Amino acid sequence: MFDIVSILQNNWTLFLIGQYPHGPLGGLANTLILAVLALVLAFPCGLLLALARVSPWKGLRWAATVWVYVLRGIPLLMVIFWTYFLVPLLLGHNITGFMTMLCTLVIYQSAYLCEIIRGGIQALPAGQYEASRALGFGYMRTTIWVILPQALYNTLPSLISQFISIIKETSLGYVINVQELTFAANQVNNQLLTKPFQVFLILAVIYYLLCFGLTQLAGWVERRIARKRLGSGVQTVTPGAVLATDN
Amino acid sequence: MTHDFDLAAVLRGEYAELIVKGIETTLQLALYAWLLAMTLALVLVTVRLTGNKIADRLVAAYVSYHRNVPTLVQLMMWYFGVPNLLSESTQMALANYNTEFLFSVIALGLCQAAYFCEDIRSGLRAIPGGQTEASRALGLGYIRSMRYVILPQGVRNCLPSLINHTVLLFKNTSLAMAIGVVELTYATREVENYTFRAFESYLVATVVYLVFSLLLMGGGALLARHFNKALAR
Repeated sequence: MFDIVSILQNNWTLFLIGQYPHGPLGGLANTLILAVLALVLAFPCGLLLALARVSPWKGLRWAATVWVYVLRGIPLLMVIFWTYFLVPLLLGHNITGFMTMLCTLVIYQSAYLCEIIRGGIQALPAGQYEASRALGFGYMRTTIWVILPQALYNTLPSLISQFISIIKETSLGYVINVQELTFAANQVNNQLLTKPFQVFLILAVIYYLLCFGLTQLAGWVERRIARKRLGSGVQTVTPGAVLATDN
Repeated sequence: MTHDFDLAAVLRGEYAELIVKGIETTLQLALYAWLLAMTLALVLVTVRLTGNKIADRLVAAYVSYHRNVPTLVQLMMWYFGVPNLLSESTQMALANYNTEFLFSVIALGLCQAAYFCEDIRSGLRAIPGGQTEASRALGLGYIRSMRYVILPQGVRNCLPSLINHTVLLFKNTSLAMAIGVVELTYATREVENYTFRAFESYLVATVVYLVFSLLLMGGGALLARHFNKALAR
């Protein structure tokens, strides 16, 4: 037990911000930055893909479906290696591990966010679409003003769950030496050598507290939305978390 | 790319052997971990269903831990952390065996058991209480009401998420490369290091993963249809 306290006392800055003032930012701070950026950038991609998957144009639907199925069928590590290899080729210059991981997460999560948003759109009663078309809105305006505001609101809990998945997936950055939390823990472990259990326990507890807190938040938001829907008398089904991305 | 696309370069001789060996290890890893996960999940669900408060809390804590900590961290915990707690002689004895594989199976299996447990539980919970009551009222005993009324509906309810999580388990086997198991992803990296043909070797691995994942998804969809039909009859 005392080991854990002393390890934390000696290394808490490394866990929190990596070697920051004297080196690159790392640790928990970098994990969070990576996760937030990934979610913010992947969301528009997922939204466009979802609209493509429910669009009336067959070619678009087909392309988006292939994209989603391919990404859902391969491990995240494979996507990391592809990005590691292809993005520098496309750009013509090397990119940092952080950027590689960010690109990977955006590509990978775009597929999963697409499925979540599509679920939200398809869970809306068809009457919403029909009524808005009957009122004279075109396809675009129906989507933007009627369908999306409701669908996105309903998918909010799933988006938070997805953010948890992203946080957990950033740990894979360790494989390509991205300076994040798991990497920091391994640095500490390599310095100490004799206390691997304690170090990885600390690591697990940090991830646990972070993700558990967010799980509670997702549950709270979900109950709130359900209550609101019940009050307004509109029957909508919040899309269940049928997809599994967790690493 | 400095050279032309040449798939044969990574698919011959020792490289092909390495990749085939990798596929074998990946499949073994997935199979053993799945069996461990499913067995444990069934036990955990049974414990939860008994309604003992303390046991219920413990299972909930188990599930919560495994769902909120990255699988990679769980793997490291098992491979680097746990042996350190064992006695010196046990550690020496373990060193003679292929512990990477063993610990990967344990870590992946225990982690996935948490997901399977939740899938099965929510599948059973979705069945209205009236179903049990009605079947008991019709004179079926506990076993028979389970066998003919509850379980068929429960299986149908939890099948989609069980299949999704089986695909997830299959994909997660790639994480075992981080602790040195020579499975498909590791083997691909090796082939790439020897041949410098990143595109070809990643393509082979991607296609293999994709084929197995799609087979699992397709098989799952067929199974779900079978159960839906059986219920409609």
